[in-house]
Amino acid sequence: MEHLDPSLVNWSRAQFALTALYHWIFVPLTLGLTFLVAIMESIYVRTGDIWWKKTTKFWMGLLAINFAIGLATGIIMEFEFGTNWSNYSWIVGDIFGAPLAIEGLMAFFMESTFFAIMFFGWEKVSKRTHLLSTWLVAIGSNLSALWILVANGWMQHPVGTHFNSDTARNEMTNFWEILFNPNAYTKFLHTISSGYVLAALFVISISSWYLLKRRDMQFAKRSIMVAASFGLIVSLFNLTTGDDSARQDALHQPMKLAAMEGLYDGKTNAPIVAFGILNPKKKYNNDEDEFLFSFEIPDGLSLLGFHSFDAYVPGIKQLINGDKEYGIMSVQEKLDKGKIAVTSLGEYKKAKKEHDTDKATMALKTFEEHSKYLGYGYLKSPEDVIPNVPLTFYAFHAMVTFGLWFIVLFMVILYLTMTNELKEKRWFLKLALWSLPLGYLAQESGWIVAEVGRQPWAIQDMLPVGMATSQISSGSVMITFWLFAVLFTALLIAEVKIMTKQIKIGPEEA
Amino acid sequence: MFEQLSYLTLQEYWWLIVAVLAALFVFMHFVQGGQTLLYSLGKTEEERDLIVNTLGRKWELGFSALVMFGGALFAAFPLFYATSFGGAYYVWMAILFCFIIQAVAYEYRKKPDNVFGSKTYEVFLFINGSLGIILIGIALGTLFTGGNFIVNDMNLSHWTKSSYGLEGALNFFNVAFGLMLFFLARIQAVLYFTNSINNDAIVRRANIVLKYETWIFLLFFLYVVGSIVTMSGYTYDPQSKVVSVEAYKFLHNLIAMPVVAGMIAVGTISLLWGIASTLWLKSKKGIWFSGVGTILVVIGLVLLLGYNHTTFYPSLADMQSSLTIENSSGSHYTLVAMSYVSLMVPFVLSYIAWAWHVMDKTKITIDEVQNDAHHY
Repeated sequence: MEHLDPSLVNWSRAQFALTALYHWIFVPLTLGLTFLVAIMESIYVRTGDIWWKKTTKFWMGLLAINFAIGLATGIIMEFEFGTNWSNYSWIVGDIFGAPLAIEGLMAFFMESTFFAIMFFGWEKVSKRTHLLSTWLVAIGSNLSALWILVANGWMQHPVGTHFNSDTARNEMTNFWEILFNPNAYTKFLHTISSGYVLAALFVISISSWYLLKRRDMQFAKRSIMVAASFGLIVSLFNLTTGDDSARQDALHQPMKLAAMEGLYDGKTNAPIVAFGILNPKKKYNNDEDEFLFSFEIPDGLSLLGFHSFDAYVPGIKQLINGDKEYGIMSVQEKLDKGKIAVTSLGEYKKAKKEHDTDKATMALKTFEEHSKYLGYGYLKSPEDVIPNVPLTFYAFHAMVTFGLWFIVLFMVILYLTMTNELKEKRWFLKLALWSLPLGYLAQESGWIVAEVGRQPWAIQDMLPVGMATSQISSGSVMITFWLFAVLFTALLIAEVKIMTKQIKIGPEEA
Repeated sequence: MFEQLSYLTLQEYWWLIVAVLAALFVFMHFVQGGQTLLYSLGKTEEERDLIVNTLGRKWELGFSALVMFGGALFAAFPLFYATSFGGAYYVWMAILFCFIIQAVAYEYRKKPDNVFGSKTYEVFLFINGSLGIILIGIALGTLFTGGNFIVNDMNLSHWTKSSYGLEGALNFFNVAFGLMLFFLARIQAVLYFTNSINNDAIVRRANIVLKYETWIFLLFFLYVVGSIVTMSGYTYDPQSKVVSVEAYKFLHNLIAMPVVAGMIAVGTISLLWGIASTLWLKSKKGIWFSGVGTILVVIGLVLLLGYNHTTFYPSLADMQSSLTIENSSGSHYTLVAMSYVSLMVPFVLSYIAWAWHVMDKTKITIDEVQNDAHHY
């Protein structure tokens, strides 16, 4: 196992980021809108009010446009682990492949089967069967999120696994540990609830546009009422799951947490930065200030990470150099142990090939003692473990700021709807309309925090991205990167145009 | 209960599941076949809409089957997933591009303001149905003819040719395999339309397609089957795992596994009966026979590849790197865990069958499509 071409790693990462970023534009809306549509159809079935059927069908139409491009951008994600991360696919495929396969079996067939009934079955099945199909589409898409986040949660916090030196891969030892990995389910809950928030914003934003245009008023008000109630509940839930996610980072990915907060120097009673501008000259080993400007909430980070005002939160400096007082090993030491693991694994394989049992036993013993640090053996210098701090920091703060704003937005809208003042408050309707792009920005930011914040690791502390790629020429990845960029952008433009047109046509024609 | 099974039994069980998934995927290719017949069968806009909407209720199942196929290979045979997808990069990427464009084509084709116009989305459907299927055939053909990869001591693999799998398209057997699938897809589409569309003009034209293309399909089918029974294959020693060449390997496999040989024979007869009964007895049920036939033949071919100490992915660059169900699978633990998951398969198949039944109870007509607010 030798180091791979850095440009190959960069292009592979760029392509994965591009395709995941695009896919993530569409998934959260599907996760939430399927539920909103199911709720609306439930109201129709309960009340028999044909107005609700019309409302359901309109939102369902928009869902279909979004769903199609979600599938288009999604199929590549299933195969990209193999095409672009084939070393990864071998080294952790024994664990990682399972949730992906279960996702296919449990979720994709459910979605695709009942999607057909949901769209084309209005006249072919009974009202209740149709409603059940709509709910099953919602459940199916959320089950899909569950399994992919079990897989992703495992990448952030690998559990239930053991490295088998004969096959040279990590193998699953406990399925339940992987399924009930705390990182996986906090991630799952935070992700789906953020999707519900986006769907609520989507419905509110479009309905606000109708109110501003003074058309389809009854439809818009009803939709807003459902979406804002749903939105408020799920955004509060999203806040608590966000808190859980940060705690998971504190426990298992302290470097990510430090990058999220631009924390170079660890401390007890660590404050949280509500707003700040990072000092570009700051390095972990110089004495520059961390921020050019910042507004901090005392003890906030200690509280967020460890639920205690005076908890110690390590900074990037301590995580690199180590801190004996708090039991933190230096990265250099991990690197040294990792190199021993890499060498002894090679010696073990060689001795086995030569049928030299004694040598193999010795090498294996050395390897087992150091195998925990195997991943570090592929890094060049301690600094390699620092992710892109500005990107992680700003993405995190954007996500949190927008998330808090959405809670306020949902509260105010609910209040104004109940007092029947909403349609008069045109400035607020405009604000609601333009909050939708913020929802998308918050979504992408969240994804950036999760994925950029854990670099250089494909699997936390176990496998760096540099070791994980397929061994192909960087030129070929560059070609497919640009093909994806062009095709997905073209499809996105088509999707936005079609969606906008359908909104302009309105629910009456749906 | 799966815990007690031997590692080899689990590997064989999972290879069977892969075979079933591959068979369902190939069966669903009737959607792709139909996409390529859009203009041959539909002469008016209404007729084309009818065809698109008939296929539009089924395309996602094929799409899901492809994704599931990838997922099952990843979970059960990760070394194949890593070696083939990461090595034959261009081929798999090309296949994926063909499916990406399919996913939007149905929904966007007739929507106002779709930027590129209906024709573009119809071209997408055509590319998916033609190039997509032929490339899949080429990729599957390499399971018989081999790929240019090397797997090292750490089980990490690389491709030895910078054409990253495209060189497979220069092998006549692989191309014939692709064309065989392509014509099979079109024949299946014709039989499906005959069964589920209530429109005389379309069904009449479909019958003409069937009359001619059956012969082209048979030509490729006979060539492929003939090649398989006469070609050499790689075999491995059950103890030492050393790979060697064996003349008439697949013929030997057929003799050694009469059940598999029987499946292929019964499948072929059923497939031909599906076609013949439609052509000469004016039966509308041909798709059932051809469908079951296709599924049996594909399962048989895949089992022929993986069982009886055969390398299911021979390496042309280094014979000992060839993949077998034994050296490429997940661990015993993972295969056991996934085997429990596989108990869901009958449940999934039964709700798919139920949904299929309720949606296809009555034949689809132009009126139904036009009266449905949400039509493609």
